[in-house]
Amino acid sequence: MSEVMLKIENLHVTAEGTEILRGINLEVGAGEVHAIMGPNGAGKSTLSNVLSGRPGYEITAGSISYFGEDLAALEPEERAAKGIFLGFQYPVEIPGVAAMSFLKTAINAQRKLRGEEELDARGVMTLVQGEAKKLNIGADMLKRSINVGFSGGEKKRNEILQMAVLQPKLAILDETDSGLDVDALKLVGEGVTALRAPDRAMIVITHYQRLLDYIVPDFVHVLAKGRIVRSGGAELARELDQLGYGDLAKVPAA
Amino acid sequence: MAASQDTIEKAEALGESYKHGFVTEIESEFAPKGLNEDIVRYISARKNEPEWMLDWRLRAYRRWCEMEEPQWAKVDFPQIDYQDAYYYAAPKGYDDRPKSLDEVDPELLETYEKLGIPLAEQAMLAGVAVDAVFDSVSVVTTFKDKLEEVGVIFCSISEAVQEHPELVRKYLGSVVPYSDNFHATLNSAVFSDGTFVYVPEGVRCPMELSTYFRINAQHTGQFERTLIIADKGSYVSYLEGCTAPMRDENQLHAAVVELVVLDDAEIKYSTVQNWYPGDKEGRGGIYNFVTKRGACRGRNSKISWTQVETGSAVTWKYPSCILQGDNSVGEFFSIAITNNRQQADTGTKMIHLGRNTKSRIIAKGISAGHSQSTYRGLVSVHPKAEGARNHTQCDSLLIGDECGAHTVPYIEVKNPSAQIEHEATTSKLSEEQLFYCRQRGLDAEAAVALLVNGFCKEVLQKLPMEFAVEAQKLVGVSLEGSVG
Repeated sequence: MSEVMLKIENLHVTAEGTEILRGINLEVGAGEVHAIMGPNGAGKSTLSNVLSGRPGYEITAGSISYFGEDLAALEPEERAAKGIFLGFQYPVEIPGVAAMSFLKTAINAQRKLRGEEELDARGVMTLVQGEAKKLNIGADMLKRSINVGFSGGEKKRNEILQMAVLQPKLAILDETDSGLDVDALKLVGEGVTALRAPDRAMIVITHYQRLLDYIVPDFVHVLAKGRIVRSGGAELARELDQLGYGDLAKVPAA
Repeated sequence: MAASQDTIEKAEALGESYKHGFVTEIESEFAPKGLNEDIVRYISARKNEPEWMLDWRLRAYRRWCEMEEPQWAKVDFPQIDYQDAYYYAAPKGYDDRPKSLDEVDPELLETYEKLGIPLAEQAMLAGVAVDAVFDSVSVVTTFKDKLEEVGVIFCSISEAVQEHPELVRKYLGSVVPYSDNFHATLNSAVFSDGTFVYVPEGVRCPMELSTYFRINAQHTGQFERTLIIADKGSYVSYLEGCTAPMRDENQLHAAVVELVVLDDAEIKYSTVQNWYPGDKEGRGGIYNFVTKRGACRGRNSKISWTQVETGSAVTWKYPSCILQGDNSVGEFFSIAITNNRQQADTGTKMIHLGRNTKSRIIAKGISAGHSQSTYRGLVSVHPKAEGARNHTQCDSLLIGDECGAHTVPYIEVKNPSAQIEHEATTSKLSEEQLFYCRQRGLDAEAAVALLVNGFCKEVLQKLPMEFAVEAQKLVGVSLEGSVG
């Protein structure tokens, strides 16, 4: 295995008093793509929220180490600056803030936290427009208020654009395929695949196998009732697609 | 341009929440404490005013003695003791106003430097002429000569009383009569200084005009009076900014602004108000009781009020338009931000008298902390105002659970052809939006600044370019500490 980037050990998490994650163990190395699949209510979104630091979750046991650092001790924006990116299942609308200007703010907020020099408007424009073109995002969309009136496909493409521009080390994509038609799915899937890099890891959370036709994972994990009940290679996803989650959820954790 | 980014940078650079809270060590001369006819005479005498001006002040004073302080606004503050304040304070030796910048006390110039308003003309924002009012007197007006070339009069109101008495007598009190309301009447009696602008027929004022008000002395009220006249076919854009030191007492600011617009003329009046808002527990801060009104007297005339209100402990302010001339247009674009214990009751009045008069209102209220913000507006269509139209949009944004936003629209329509539209929304800054921003690298305060700037964007865009950045920065700074 390559350099370990993320190491989750025996992670227990509760939200509003209910235990949702019950002992997750997962190691993600640089350059790897891990798919996490599972039925509704398995805890997939909770995992992505806990990794990115969304308020409202309590870690009751276990640990998350990211490049050897205790991730739970960091604010969400510090995690972002250290390279953690969450592609939202439901990207949020921000009226009055253009997608381009949001990106400039985000890029420079992260650079500032990392002690790097900020990019000027021209530098940001060049970077964003270059990546936007690959995702078939026009100048018009960049001027519109972020996610306001965007179609499902536009919202998800915009998430991938942000990922491309922010260049994360660990990208967590939470049900990026939800709400996409076949064409949008292809565009997004190919966009993500183009961002695979030896120093970048991805956790792709999905309910269905179809996204994994475009983003071929190195590892597939099945999450059920707050635990990883089975792990395997890309072929596991196809197996699940045929058999469903029914039997797997019954298999006791290894 | 990523304006929001500037906001964040500037807000971070500021560090503390109120940067204008310093006191200038300068010798001041005060009128004796309290208010009576002798004080009114003293103020008038200090300014060497003609008889008619004194008479007008005295009439106002006598009227004021019979008036009661208004209680209808949704604001709550202890009774003001009007006898426990100074009604005139001037930097010592300002009886003879400095003729040029060289004669201005360097301490004063430094004060304005600290406020980010360098008065030295070469260092100023290109194309903005400034009149600086320090406590009760105007200390310097820049770019005067250049304006005189095109016939624009831009000077302190005291100077105008001396040098352009015919204009002052004709227009002073013609929009806000001395008997108008408690605070305006008080102002009429004791107004100390302020700005006078006259733009002659057919002239488009070549630069932005700006006044900077600062309250420095302790226990001092500021009562400035602004009078702007746009003659036929002229145009002027005017901006006022305000600051005051941090003090644990409350200081009174009761200004009057009158605008007169004749045929085919336009005045664009913008305010960035950043008076000291008081501390987190609500101690100190400015009481901002202001009467602002404009008369669209001529056909096709237009008045546009834009305000960004972030300061003051208590704000009571309704910039209004009297749409007399046929086809005249009144606009009101407002951002009112309250945090901690601030209270604001603000809005506008659009009085439609002429035919085919139009008005447009966009009011954005942002409340955080324990603050209360009220939009109070009147749209009134008189019987002869055939074809009048109004569109009003009031949006309130709440940050946290302890603040309040209220909308009180009054609509009176006496002509059946009128079209009146009123839209109102109230929303809460959502945890989802905050987290989305933070996940992308913005800290909580930067995220709030970004979200609120987005919420206010329609109004911020109405400000002159030179001031839009300052306003955006203020939006961020005034909401510091409102989340997390």
